Amino acid sequence: MTVTVIRPGLNSSFQDSGRHGHQHLGVPVGGAMDLRAHQLANLLAGNTKEVATLEITLVGPELRFDAPACIALTGGDLSPALNGEPIPMGRPLVVRAGDTLSFGARRLGVRTYLAWHGGIDLPHVLGSQSTYLRGGLGGFQGRALRKGDVLKLKASLPNHALDALANDLADTYIYLPSTLVNNPRERLRVVRGPHTRLFNEAAIESLLNSDYRISNQSDRMGYRLEGPALPLRENQQLLSEGATFGSIQVPADGAPIVLMADRQSIGGYPKIAHVITVDLPQLAQSMPGDTIRFEEVELPVAYQLDMQRERALMDLKDALTPIRERIWDVTGHMSGGSVAV
Amino acid sequence: MMKQSRKWNIFVHGDRCLVVQFGTGIDVEVGRRCGAAAVALQAAALPGVSDIVPTFNMVAVHFLPAGFKPGTNVPDLVSEIHRVLSATPLNGSTSAGNVIELPICYGGEYGPDLADVAERTQLSPEEVIQLHGQEPAYVFMLGFAPGAPFMGVHDERFALPRRSTPRTSIPAGSVGIANRQTFIYPNSLPGGWHIIGRTPLTLFDPARDPATLISPGDTVQFVPISEDEFKRLAQP
Repeated sequence: MTVTVIRPGLNSSFQDSGRHGHQHLGVPVGGAMDLRAHQLANLLAGNTKEVATLEITLVGPELRFDAPACIALTGGDLSPALNGEPIPMGRPLVVRAGDTLSFGARRLGVRTYLAWHGGIDLPHVLGSQSTYLRGGLGGFQGRALRKGDVLKLKASLPNHALDALANDLADTYIYLPSTLVNNPRERLRVVRGPHTRLFNEAAIESLLNSDYRISNQSDRMGYRLEGPALPLRENQQLLSEGATFGSIQVPADGAPIVLMADRQSIGGYPKIAHVITVDLPQLAQSMPGDTIRFEEVELPVAYQLDMQRERALMDLKDALTPIRERIWDVTGHMSGGSVAV
Repeated sequence: MMKQSRKWNIFVHGDRCLVVQFGTGIDVEVGRRCGAAAVALQAAALPGVSDIVPTFNMVAVHFLPAGFKPGTNVPDLVSEIHRVLSATPLNGSTSAGNVIELPICYGGEYGPDLADVAERTQLSPEEVIQLHGQEPAYVFMLGFAPGAPFMGVHDERFALPRRSTPRTSIPAGSVGIANRQTFIYPNSLPGGWHIIGRTPLTLFDPARDPATLISPGDTVQFVPISEDEFKRLAQP
Protein backbone atom coordinates (compact mmCIF):
# COMPACT_ATOMS: atom_id res chain seq x y z
CA MET A 1 0.00 0.00 0.00
CA THR A 2 2.52 2.57 -1.13
CA VAL A 3 3.19 5.31 -3.62
CA THR A 4 6.73 5.76 -4.94
CA VAL A 5 8.16 9.12 -5.93
CA ILE A 6 9.76 8.70 -9.37
CA ARG A 7 10.39 12.43 -9.78
CA PRO A 8 9.71 14.87 -6.92
CA GLY A 9 8.68 17.96 -8.90
CA LEU A 10 9.80 21.48 -8.01
CA ASN A 11 8.41 21.67 -4.48
CA SER A 12 5.91 19.01 -3.43
CA SER A 13 5.07 19.01 0.27
CA PHE A 14 2.26 17.70 2.42
CA GLN A 15 -0.02 20.38 3.84
CA ASP A 16 -3.24 20.48 5.81
CA SER A 17 -5.27 23.41 7.15
CA GLY A 18 -2.36 24.45 9.33
CA ARG A 19 -0.70 24.05 12.69
CA HIS A 20 -3.15 26.05 14.76
CA GLY A 21 -2.86 26.71 18.47
CA HIS A 22 0.93 27.06 18.72
CA GLN A 23 1.60 30.55 17.42
CA HIS A 24 2.17 31.81 20.98
CA LEU A 25 5.16 29.44 21.04
CA GLY A 26 6.51 31.00 17.86
CA VAL A 27 5.35 28.13 15.66
CA PRO A 28 4.03 29.34 12.28
CA VAL A 29 0.61 28.13 11.15
CA GLY A 30 1.78 27.05 7.71
CA GLY A 31 -0.62 24.74 5.92
CA ALA A 32 -1.90 24.83 2.35
CA MET A 33 -1.33 28.08 0.46
CA ASP A 34 -4.68 27.56 -1.29
CA LEU A 35 -6.75 26.31 1.64
CA ARG A 36 -9.93 26.18 -0.42
CA ALA A 37 -8.40 23.82 -2.97
CA HIS A 38 -6.91 21.70 -0.17
CA GLN A 39 -10.27 21.33 1.55
CA LEU A 40 -12.03 20.66 -1.72
CA ALA A 41 -9.55 17.92 -2.66
CA ASN A 42 -10.17 16.17 0.66
CA LEU A 43 -13.94 16.32 0.25
CA LEU A 44 -13.79 15.03 -3.33
CA ALA A 45 -11.56 12.13 -2.26
CA GLY A 46 -14.25 11.14 0.21
CA ASN A 47 -12.44 12.20 3.37
CA THR A 48 -14.56 13.53 6.21
CA LYS A 49 -11.76 13.99 8.67
CA GLU A 50 -9.11 16.33 7.39
CA VAL A 51 -5.86 14.74 6.22
CA ALA A 52 -2.84 16.30 4.56
CA THR A 53 -2.90 16.72 0.79
CA LEU A 54 0.18 16.99 -1.41
CA GLU A 55 0.78 20.61 -2.42
CA ILE A 56 2.38 20.49 -5.86
CA THR A 57 4.09 23.64 -7.12
CA LEU A 58 4.50 24.68 -10.76
CA VAL A 59 6.38 21.56 -11.87
CA GLY A 60 4.54 18.44 -10.80
CA PRO A 61 6.02 15.17 -9.55
CA GLU A 62 5.80 11.73 -11.12
CA LEU A 63 4.25 9.24 -8.72
CA ARG A 64 3.87 5.49 -9.16
CA PHE A 65 1.02 3.79 -7.36
CA ASP A 66 2.05 0.41 -5.97
CA ALA A 67 -1.51 -0.15 -4.75
CA PRO A 68 -4.97 1.01 -5.85
CA ALA A 69 -6.24 4.29 -4.47
CA CYS A 70 -8.99 6.84 -4.79
CA ILE A 71 -7.61 10.34 -5.44
CA ALA A 72 -8.77 13.85 -6.31
CA LEU A 73 -6.91 16.82 -7.81
CA THR A 74 -7.86 20.47 -7.28
CA GLY A 75 -6.36 23.96 -7.49
CA GLY A 76 -3.96 24.98 -10.23
CA ASP A 77 -4.10 23.01 -13.48
CA LEU A 78 -0.68 21.53 -14.25
CA SER A 79 -1.99 19.12 -16.90
CA PRO A 80 -2.33 15.99 -14.75
CA ALA A 81 -2.11 12.66 -16.58
CA LEU A 82 -2.44 9.02 -15.60
CA ASN A 83 -0.18 6.73 -17.62
CA GLY A 84 0.21 9.62 -20.05
CA GLU A 85 -3.54 10.13 -20.56
CA PRO A 86 -5.03 13.46 -19.39
CA ILE A 87 -7.29 13.13 -16.35
CA PRO A 88 -9.92 15.54 -15.05
CA MET A 89 -9.52 17.70 -11.97
CA GLY A 90 -12.20 18.37 -9.40
CA ARG A 91 -13.55 14.83 -9.12
CA PRO A 92 -12.72 11.51 -7.43
CA LEU A 93 -10.71 9.09 -9.55
CA VAL A 94 -9.67 5.49 -9.13
CA VAL A 95 -6.03 4.61 -9.77
CA ARG A 96 -4.69 1.07 -9.96
CA ALA A 97 -1.49 -0.61 -8.87
CA GLY A 98 1.20 0.21 -11.42
CA ASP A 99 -0.42 3.46 -12.57
CA THR A 100 1.79 6.51 -12.92
CA LEU A 101 0.52 10.01 -12.16
CA SER A 102 2.43 12.79 -13.86
CA PHE A 103 2.02 16.45 -14.70
CA GLY A 104 2.80 18.62 -17.68
CA ALA A 105 2.38 22.21 -18.78
CA ARG A 106 0.96 24.82 -16.46
CA ARG A 107 -2.47 25.80 -17.75
CA LEU A 108 -3.94 27.74 -14.85
CA GLY A 109 -2.68 28.70 -11.42
CA VAL A 110 0.49 27.32 -9.89
CA ARG A 111 -0.42 24.93 -7.03
CA THR A 112 -2.24 21.61 -7.44
CA TYR A 113 -3.57 19.69 -4.44
CA LEU A 114 -3.58 15.91 -4.54
CA ALA A 115 -5.76 14.14 -1.98
CA TRP A 116 -5.90 10.41 -1.30
CA HIS A 117 -8.91 8.73 0.19
CA GLY A 118 -7.79 7.94 3.74
CA GLY A 119 -4.66 10.03 3.32
CA ILE A 120 -0.99 9.18 3.63
CA ASP A 121 0.53 7.81 6.82
CA LEU A 122 2.19 10.90 8.29
CA PRO A 123 2.83 11.85 11.92
CA HIS A 124 0.93 14.66 13.57
CA VAL A 125 3.52 17.14 14.79
CA LEU A 126 1.99 19.69 17.16
CA GLY A 127 -1.43 18.65 15.93
CA SER A 128 -0.77 18.99 12.22
CA GLN A 129 0.57 17.04 9.24
CA SER A 130 1.72 20.22 7.48
CA THR A 131 5.33 20.50 6.38
CA TYR A 132 7.09 23.58 7.73
CA LEU A 133 9.94 23.55 5.24
CA ARG A 134 12.01 26.32 6.83
CA GLY A 135 11.91 24.60 10.22
CA GLY A 136 12.16 21.02 8.95
CA LEU A 137 8.99 20.20 10.85
CA GLY A 138 6.06 17.88 10.13
CA GLY A 139 4.81 16.42 6.86
CA PHE A 140 7.01 13.75 5.25
CA GLN A 141 10.29 13.94 7.23
CA GLY A 142 9.93 17.71 7.51
CA ARG A 143 10.81 18.31 3.87
CA ALA A 144 9.63 18.41 0.27
CA LEU A 145 9.43 15.10 -1.57
CA ARG A 146 12.58 13.58 -3.06
CA LYS A 147 13.16 10.96 -5.68
CA GLY A 148 12.73 7.48 -4.25
CA ASP A 149 10.52 8.46 -1.31
CA VAL A 150 7.91 5.84 -0.49
CA LEU A 151 4.59 7.09 0.85
CA LYS A 152 2.29 4.75 2.77
CA LEU A 153 -1.41 4.83 1.95
CA LYS A 154 -3.77 4.48 4.88
CA ALA A 155 -6.82 3.07 3.06
CA SER A 156 -6.84 -0.01 0.89
CA LEU A 157 -9.09 -0.67 -2.10
CA PRO A 158 -9.56 -4.32 -3.09
CA ASN A 159 -8.76 -5.01 -6.76
CA HIS A 160 -12.02 -6.80 -7.56
CA ALA A 161 -14.13 -3.70 -6.76
CA LEU A 162 -12.15 -1.14 -8.73
CA ASP A 163 -13.90 -1.23 -12.11
CA ALA A 164 -17.36 -0.84 -10.62
CA LEU A 165 -16.22 1.96 -8.33
CA ALA A 166 -14.44 3.77 -11.16
CA ASN A 167 -17.56 3.56 -13.33
CA ASP A 168 -19.85 4.76 -10.57
CA LEU A 169 -17.60 7.69 -9.73
CA ALA A 170 -17.28 8.62 -13.41
CA ASP A 171 -21.07 8.60 -13.75
CA THR A 172 -21.60 10.83 -10.71
CA TYR A 173 -22.44 14.41 -11.48
CA ILE A 174 -20.56 16.76 -9.15
CA TYR A 175 -21.70 20.34 -8.90
CA LEU A 176 -19.20 22.77 -7.40
CA PRO A 177 -20.61 26.15 -6.33
CA SER A 178 -18.88 29.27 -7.69
CA THR A 179 -17.38 30.14 -4.30
CA LEU A 180 -15.37 26.91 -4.39
CA VAL A 181 -13.86 27.01 -7.87
CA ASN A 182 -11.17 29.10 -9.53
CA ASN A 183 -12.95 32.23 -10.61
CA PRO A 184 -10.21 34.83 -10.97
CA ARG A 185 -11.15 38.38 -10.10
CA GLU A 186 -9.62 41.42 -11.73
CA ARG A 187 -8.78 42.84 -8.32
CA LEU A 188 -7.97 41.23 -5.00
CA ARG A 189 -10.10 42.67 -2.22
CA VAL A 190 -8.46 44.25 0.82
CA VAL A 191 -9.70 45.75 4.08
CA ARG A 192 -8.07 48.57 6.00
CA GLY A 193 -6.34 47.77 9.27
CA PRO A 194 -5.21 49.66 12.37
CA HIS A 195 -1.95 50.65 10.67
CA THR A 196 -3.54 52.03 7.50
CA ARG A 197 -3.63 55.53 9.01
CA LEU A 198 0.17 55.43 9.43
CA PHE A 199 0.44 55.75 5.65
CA ASN A 200 -0.07 58.81 3.46
CA GLU A 201 -3.37 58.95 1.63
CA ALA A 202 -1.20 58.90 -1.51
CA ALA A 203 0.23 55.53 -0.46
CA ILE A 204 -3.25 54.08 -0.04
CA GLU A 205 -4.19 55.51 -3.44
CA SER A 206 -1.09 53.88 -4.92
CA LEU A 207 -2.00 50.53 -3.43
CA LEU A 208 -5.54 50.67 -4.80
CA ASN A 209 -4.77 52.17 -8.22
CA SER A 210 -1.47 50.65 -9.31
CA ASP A 211 -0.35 47.40 -10.84
CA TYR A 212 1.90 45.33 -8.60
CA ARG A 213 4.09 42.57 -9.93
CA ILE A 214 4.82 39.50 -7.83
CA SER A 215 8.60 39.43 -7.40
CA ASN A 216 10.84 36.42 -7.93
CA GLN A 217 11.65 36.63 -4.22
CA SER A 218 8.31 35.16 -3.29
CA ASP A 219 7.65 31.89 -1.57
CA ARG A 220 5.32 30.15 0.88
CA MET A 221 6.30 32.69 3.53
CA GLY A 222 5.47 35.86 1.66
CA TYR A 223 4.94 37.49 -1.72
CA ARG A 224 7.10 40.52 -2.39
CA LEU A 225 5.43 43.02 -4.67
CA GLU A 226 7.12 45.32 -7.17
CA GLY A 227 5.39 48.60 -7.94
CA PRO A 228 4.98 52.10 -6.54
CA ALA A 229 6.52 52.36 -3.03
CA LEU A 230 4.13 52.93 -0.15
CA PRO A 231 5.67 55.56 2.13
CA LEU A 232 4.69 55.95 5.77
CA ARG A 233 3.65 59.37 7.08
CA GLU A 234 6.73 59.29 9.27
CA ASN A 235 9.34 56.65 9.78
CA GLN A 236 8.44 54.84 12.94
CA GLN A 237 9.35 51.69 14.75
CA LEU A 238 6.40 49.50 15.70
CA LEU A 239 6.49 46.81 18.34
CA SER A 240 6.18 43.26 17.05
CA GLU A 241 2.64 41.94 17.14
CA GLY A 242 0.60 39.02 15.82
CA ALA A 243 0.71 38.52 12.05
CA THR A 244 -1.94 37.04 9.77
CA PHE A 245 -2.28 35.34 6.37
CA GLY A 246 -2.90 38.11 3.82
CA SER A 247 -1.51 41.06 5.76
CA ILE A 248 0.28 43.49 3.45
CA GLN A 249 3.28 44.65 5.44
CA VAL A 250 5.54 47.45 4.32
CA PRO A 251 9.19 47.54 5.44
CA ALA A 252 11.14 50.81 5.49
CA ASP A 253 11.95 50.60 1.77
CA GLY A 254 8.23 50.95 1.00
CA ALA A 255 8.03 47.71 -1.02
CA PRO A 256 5.01 45.71 0.17
CA ILE A 257 5.08 42.03 1.16
CA VAL A 258 1.91 39.97 1.45
CA LEU A 259 2.27 37.46 4.29
CA MET A 260 1.40 33.93 3.14
CA ALA A 261 0.99 30.48 4.74
CA ASP A 262 4.48 30.11 6.27
CA ARG A 263 4.54 33.66 7.69
CA GLN A 264 6.11 34.09 11.12
CA SER A 265 3.72 34.25 14.06
CA ILE A 266 4.74 37.83 14.86
CA GLY A 267 5.98 40.78 12.85
CA GLY A 268 6.93 44.38 13.43
CA TYR A 269 6.34 46.09 10.10
CA PRO A 270 3.32 48.33 9.54
CA LYS A 271 0.54 46.72 7.53
CA ILE A 272 -1.18 48.98 5.06
CA ALA A 273 -4.09 46.60 4.45
CA HIS A 274 -5.14 42.95 4.60
CA VAL A 275 -6.19 40.74 1.68
CA ILE A 276 -9.53 39.18 2.57
CA THR A 277 -9.55 35.45 3.24
CA VAL A 278 -11.74 34.44 0.31
CA ASP A 279 -9.31 36.08 -2.15
CA LEU A 280 -6.19 34.37 -0.75
CA PRO A 281 -6.60 31.27 -2.96
CA GLN A 282 -6.32 33.46 -6.05
CA LEU A 283 -3.15 35.01 -4.68
CA ALA A 284 -1.78 31.56 -3.79
CA GLN A 285 -2.43 30.52 -7.40
CA SER A 286 -0.52 33.55 -8.75
CA MET A 287 3.17 33.28 -9.47
CA PRO A 288 6.23 35.50 -9.76
CA GLY A 289 5.85 37.79 -12.74
CA ASP A 290 2.06 37.95 -12.47
CA THR A 291 0.47 41.36 -12.07
CA ILE A 292 -2.08 41.94 -9.34
CA ARG A 293 -4.37 44.83 -8.44
CA PHE A 294 -6.27 45.62 -5.28
CA GLU A 295 -9.62 47.12 -4.38
CA GLU A 296 -11.01 48.08 -1.02
CA VAL A 297 -14.06 46.50 0.62
CA GLU A 298 -15.58 47.02 4.04
CA LEU A 299 -15.03 44.47 6.79
CA PRO A 300 -18.63 43.22 7.01
CA VAL A 301 -18.36 42.25 3.35
CA ALA A 302 -15.20 40.25 4.08
CA TYR A 303 -16.86 38.49 7.03
CA GLN A 304 -19.93 37.67 5.00
CA LEU A 305 -17.94 36.25 2.07
CA ASP A 306 -15.81 34.17 4.44
CA MET A 307 -18.93 32.74 6.14
CA GLN A 308 -20.54 32.04 2.75
CA ARG A 309 -17.56 30.04 1.64
CA GLU A 310 -17.44 28.07 4.88
CA ARG A 311 -21.12 27.26 4.43
CA ALA A 312 -20.54 26.23 0.82
CA LEU A 313 -17.88 23.77 1.99
CA MET A 314 -20.25 22.31 4.58
CA ASP A 315 -23.03 22.04 2.01
CA LEU A 316 -20.69 20.34 -0.42
CA LYS A 317 -19.68 17.86 2.27
CA ASP A 318 -23.35 16.95 2.66
CA ALA A 319 -23.89 16.80 -1.09
CA LEU A 320 -20.97 14.40 -1.50
CA THR A 321 -22.34 11.89 1.01
CA PRO A 322 -23.37 9.39 -1.72
CA ILE A 323 -19.84 9.42 -3.13
CA ARG A 324 -18.31 8.86 0.28
CA GLU A 325 -20.66 6.01 1.00
CA ARG A 326 -19.87 4.44 -2.36
CA ILE A 327 -16.13 4.60 -1.59
CA TRP A 328 -16.72 3.22 1.91
CA ASP A 329 -18.58 0.27 0.37
CA VAL A 330 -15.27 -0.65 -1.21
CA THR A 331 -12.82 0.26 1.54
CA GLY A 332 -15.09 -1.27 4.16
CA HIS A 333 -14.79 1.43 6.77
CA MET A 334 -16.73 4.47 7.82
CA SER A 335 -14.22 6.87 9.26
CA GLY A 336 -12.75 8.27 6.08
CA GLY A 337 -9.18 7.79 7.08
CA SER A 338 -8.45 5.84 10.22
CA VAL A 339 -7.54 2.44 8.86
CA ALA A 340 -4.45 1.19 10.61
CA VAL A 341 -1.43 0.32 8.51
CA MET B 1 -16.53 50.60 43.19
CA MET B 2 -15.77 53.23 40.59
CA LYS B 3 -16.69 52.19 37.13
CA GLN B 4 -13.53 52.31 35.10
CA SER B 5 -13.22 52.70 31.39
CA ARG B 6 -11.70 49.68 29.68
CA LYS B 7 -7.97 49.31 29.93
CA TRP B 8 -7.72 47.82 26.46
CA ASN B 9 -8.74 48.45 22.87
CA ILE B 10 -9.66 45.87 20.27
CA PHE B 11 -8.48 46.33 16.68
CA VAL B 12 -9.34 44.29 13.63
CA HIS B 13 -6.43 42.79 11.67
CA GLY B 14 -8.03 41.47 8.50
CA ASP B 15 -11.05 39.20 8.62
CA ARG B 16 -9.59 36.45 10.82
CA CYS B 17 -7.75 38.21 13.62
CA LEU B 18 -8.54 40.63 16.43
CA VAL B 19 -5.82 42.37 18.38
CA VAL B 20 -6.32 43.54 21.95
CA GLN B 21 -3.99 46.38 22.90
CA PHE B 22 -3.13 47.04 26.55
CA GLY B 23 -0.64 49.88 26.41
CA THR B 24 2.28 51.30 24.54
CA GLY B 25 5.98 50.59 24.77
CA ILE B 26 7.95 47.73 26.22
CA ASP B 27 7.02 47.59 29.88
CA VAL B 28 6.86 44.55 32.15
CA GLU B 29 3.61 45.70 33.73
CA VAL B 30 1.94 45.98 30.34
CA GLY B 31 3.47 42.64 29.35
CA ARG B 32 2.07 40.95 32.45
CA ARG B 33 -1.39 42.30 31.67
CA CYS B 34 -1.06 40.81 28.17
CA GLY B 35 0.09 37.52 29.70
CA ALA B 36 -2.82 37.41 32.15
CA ALA B 37 -5.28 38.32 29.38
CA ALA B 38 -3.88 35.54 27.17
CA VAL B 39 -4.30 33.00 29.99
CA ALA B 40 -7.88 34.13 30.63
CA LEU B 41 -8.79 34.05 26.94
CA GLN B 42 -7.22 30.61 26.56
CA ALA B 43 -9.18 29.33 29.55
CA ALA B 44 -12.42 30.79 28.16
CA ALA B 45 -12.06 28.55 25.07
CA LEU B 46 -14.21 30.84 22.94
CA PRO B 47 -15.76 28.98 19.97
CA GLY B 48 -13.80 29.48 16.75
CA VAL B 49 -10.69 30.92 18.44
CA SER B 50 -7.60 29.06 17.20
CA ASP B 51 -4.60 30.99 18.55
CA ILE B 52 -4.03 33.50 21.34
CA VAL B 53 -0.70 35.23 20.89
CA PRO B 54 0.63 37.69 23.47
CA THR B 55 3.27 40.19 22.35
CA PHE B 56 4.82 43.20 24.15
CA ASN B 57 1.65 45.24 24.52
CA MET B 58 -1.00 43.28 22.63
CA VAL B 59 -2.73 39.94 22.45
CA ALA B 60 -3.68 38.66 19.00
CA VAL B 61 -6.80 36.49 18.88
CA HIS B 62 -6.89 34.43 15.68
CA PHE B 63 -10.14 32.75 14.74
CA LEU B 64 -11.65 30.37 12.19
CA PRO B 65 -15.28 31.21 11.42
CA ALA B 66 -16.03 27.51 10.78
CA GLY B 67 -15.83 27.11 14.57
CA PHE B 68 -18.33 29.85 15.43
CA LYS B 69 -21.65 28.89 16.96
CA PRO B 70 -24.40 29.05 14.30
CA GLY B 71 -25.80 32.55 13.95
CA THR B 72 -22.80 34.26 15.53
CA ASN B 73 -20.09 36.29 13.83
CA VAL B 74 -17.05 38.41 14.59
CA PRO B 75 -18.90 41.19 16.51
CA ASP B 76 -20.13 38.49 18.92
CA LEU B 77 -16.54 37.36 19.43
CA VAL B 78 -15.52 40.96 20.17
CA SER B 79 -18.23 41.13 22.86
CA GLU B 80 -17.08 37.83 24.31
CA ILE B 81 -13.47 39.04 24.52
CA HIS B 82 -14.61 42.20 26.36
CA ARG B 83 -16.69 40.04 28.70
CA VAL B 84 -13.80 37.67 29.51
CA LEU B 85 -11.30 40.48 30.05
CA SER B 86 -13.72 42.48 32.22
CA ALA B 87 -13.98 39.48 34.52
CA THR B 88 -10.19 39.05 34.76
CA PRO B 89 -7.91 40.87 37.19
CA LEU B 90 -5.28 42.49 34.98
CA ASN B 91 -3.25 44.46 37.48
CA GLY B 92 0.16 43.73 35.99
CA SER B 93 1.93 43.24 39.31
CA THR B 94 2.44 39.47 39.04
CA SER B 95 3.33 37.11 36.22
CA ALA B 96 0.99 34.36 35.13
CA GLY B 97 3.65 31.84 34.15
CA ASN B 98 6.40 29.72 35.68
CA VAL B 99 9.72 30.81 37.12
CA ILE B 100 12.56 29.18 35.19
CA GLU B 101 16.27 29.07 35.95
CA LEU B 102 18.25 29.22 32.74
CA PRO B 103 21.93 28.21 32.84
CA ILE B 104 24.15 30.35 30.64
CA CYS B 105 27.85 30.03 29.91
CA TYR B 106 28.98 33.62 29.31
CA GLY B 107 31.84 34.87 27.15
CA GLY B 108 34.53 32.96 25.29
CA GLU B 109 33.47 31.06 22.20
CA TYR B 110 29.89 30.92 23.53
CA GLY B 111 29.56 34.69 23.99
CA PRO B 112 31.73 36.34 21.33
CA ASP B 113 30.24 39.81 21.94
CA LEU B 114 30.71 39.91 25.73
CA ALA B 115 33.90 42.01 25.55
CA ASP B 116 32.33 44.37 23.04
CA VAL B 117 29.21 44.81 25.18
CA ALA B 118 31.44 45.48 28.19
CA GLU B 119 33.25 48.17 26.26
CA ARG B 120 30.05 49.78 24.99
CA THR B 121 28.48 49.79 28.46
CA GLN B 122 31.71 50.82 30.21
CA LEU B 123 31.44 47.80 32.47
CA SER B 124 33.75 44.87 33.04
CA PRO B 125 32.66 41.54 31.48
CA GLU B 126 31.94 40.28 35.03
CA GLU B 127 29.73 43.30 35.66
CA VAL B 128 27.84 42.68 32.41
CA ILE B 129 27.13 39.09 33.52
CA GLN B 130 26.07 40.27 36.96
CA LEU B 131 23.81 42.99 35.55
CA HIS B 132 22.24 40.56 33.10
CA GLY B 133 21.18 38.20 35.89
CA GLN B 134 20.50 40.86 38.48
CA GLU B 135 16.74 40.66 38.10
CA PRO B 136 14.60 37.92 36.57
CA ALA B 137 13.45 38.73 33.04
CA TYR B 138 9.81 38.61 31.97
CA VAL B 139 8.99 36.63 28.83
CA PHE B 140 6.89 38.93 26.66
CA MET B 141 6.52 36.64 23.69
CA LEU B 142 7.95 33.86 21.56
CA GLY B 143 8.53 34.36 17.87
CA PHE B 144 10.87 34.79 14.92
CA ALA B 145 11.53 31.04 15.29
CA PRO B 146 9.70 28.32 17.23
CA GLY B 147 10.58 28.53 20.92
CA ALA B 148 12.53 31.81 20.67
CA PRO B 149 11.80 34.05 23.68
CA PHE B 150 11.92 37.87 23.90
CA MET B 151 12.60 38.82 27.53
CA GLY B 152 13.19 41.95 29.57
CA VAL B 153 13.22 44.68 30.55
CA HIS B 154 16.90 45.01 31.45
CA ASP B 155 18.88 47.90 32.92
CA GLU B 156 19.12 51.04 30.77
CA ARG B 157 22.79 50.31 30.16
CA PHE B 158 21.66 47.41 27.95
CA ALA B 159 19.77 49.78 25.66
CA LEU B 160 22.12 48.87 22.80
CA PRO B 161 20.81 48.88 19.25
CA ARG B 162 21.29 45.63 17.39
CA ARG B 163 24.53 45.12 15.47
CA SER B 164 24.60 47.13 12.25
CA THR B 165 25.66 44.03 10.31
CA PRO B 166 23.74 40.90 11.33
CA ARG B 167 25.61 37.60 11.42
CA THR B 168 24.54 35.04 8.85
CA SER B 169 24.55 32.17 11.33
CA ILE B 170 24.30 32.18 15.11
CA PRO B 171 24.58 28.83 16.94
CA ALA B 172 21.60 27.29 18.74
CA GLY B 173 21.24 28.35 22.36
CA SER B 174 23.02 31.68 21.84
CA VAL B 175 21.87 34.40 24.24
CA GLY B 176 21.69 37.87 22.70
CA ILE B 177 20.98 41.26 24.18
CA ALA B 178 19.78 44.49 22.55
CA ASN B 179 17.29 47.25 23.31
CA ARG B 180 17.16 46.26 27.02
CA GLN B 181 15.99 42.77 26.04
CA THR B 182 17.35 39.24 25.83
CA PHE B 183 16.62 36.96 22.89
CA ILE B 184 17.69 33.33 22.61
CA TYR B 185 18.27 31.57 19.28
CA PRO B 186 16.65 28.11 19.61
CA ASN B 187 18.41 26.85 16.50
CA SER B 188 21.08 28.12 14.16
CA LEU B 189 19.76 31.32 12.57
CA PRO B 190 20.95 34.63 11.16
CA GLY B 191 20.65 37.58 13.54
CA GLY B 192 21.92 40.88 14.86
CA TRP B 193 21.72 40.62 18.65
CA HIS B 194 24.90 40.97 20.75
CA ILE B 195 25.77 37.41 21.75
CA ILE B 196 27.03 37.33 25.34
CA GLY B 197 26.58 33.64 26.16
CA ARG B 198 24.94 30.35 25.38
CA THR B 199 22.56 27.99 27.16
CA PRO B 200 23.08 24.23 26.87
CA LEU B 201 19.33 23.57 27.14
CA THR B 202 17.06 22.84 24.17
CA LEU B 203 14.51 25.60 23.72
CA PHE B 204 12.25 23.89 21.21
CA ASP B 205 11.47 20.21 20.77
CA PRO B 206 8.17 19.37 19.05
CA ALA B 207 8.22 15.89 20.63
CA ARG B 208 8.21 17.40 24.12
CA ASP B 209 5.08 18.63 25.93
CA PRO B 210 5.19 21.56 26.17
CA ALA B 211 7.34 21.90 23.07
CA THR B 212 9.11 24.98 24.39
CA LEU B 213 11.37 25.32 27.42
CA ILE B 214 10.18 28.87 28.00
CA SER B 215 6.64 30.12 27.39
CA PRO B 216 5.11 33.61 27.23
CA GLY B 217 4.32 34.92 30.71
CA ASP B 218 7.19 33.00 32.34
CA THR B 219 9.89 34.68 34.40
CA VAL B 220 13.47 33.63 33.69
CA GLN B 221 16.40 33.84 36.09
CA PHE B 222 19.73 33.63 34.28
CA VAL B 223 22.30 31.47 36.11
CA PRO B 224 25.97 31.75 35.07
CA ILE B 225 27.68 28.38 34.58
CA SER B 226 31.20 27.26 33.68
CA GLU B 227 32.24 25.73 30.38
CA ASP B 228 32.53 22.32 32.08
CA GLU B 229 29.02 22.63 33.39
CA PHE B 230 27.82 23.68 29.94
CA LYS B 231 29.28 20.52 28.43
CA ARG B 232 27.77 18.40 31.18
CA LEU B 233 24.31 19.91 30.70
CA ALA B 234 24.40 19.95 26.89
CA GLN B 235 21.94 17.40 25.61
CA PRO B 236 23.38 15.03 23.04
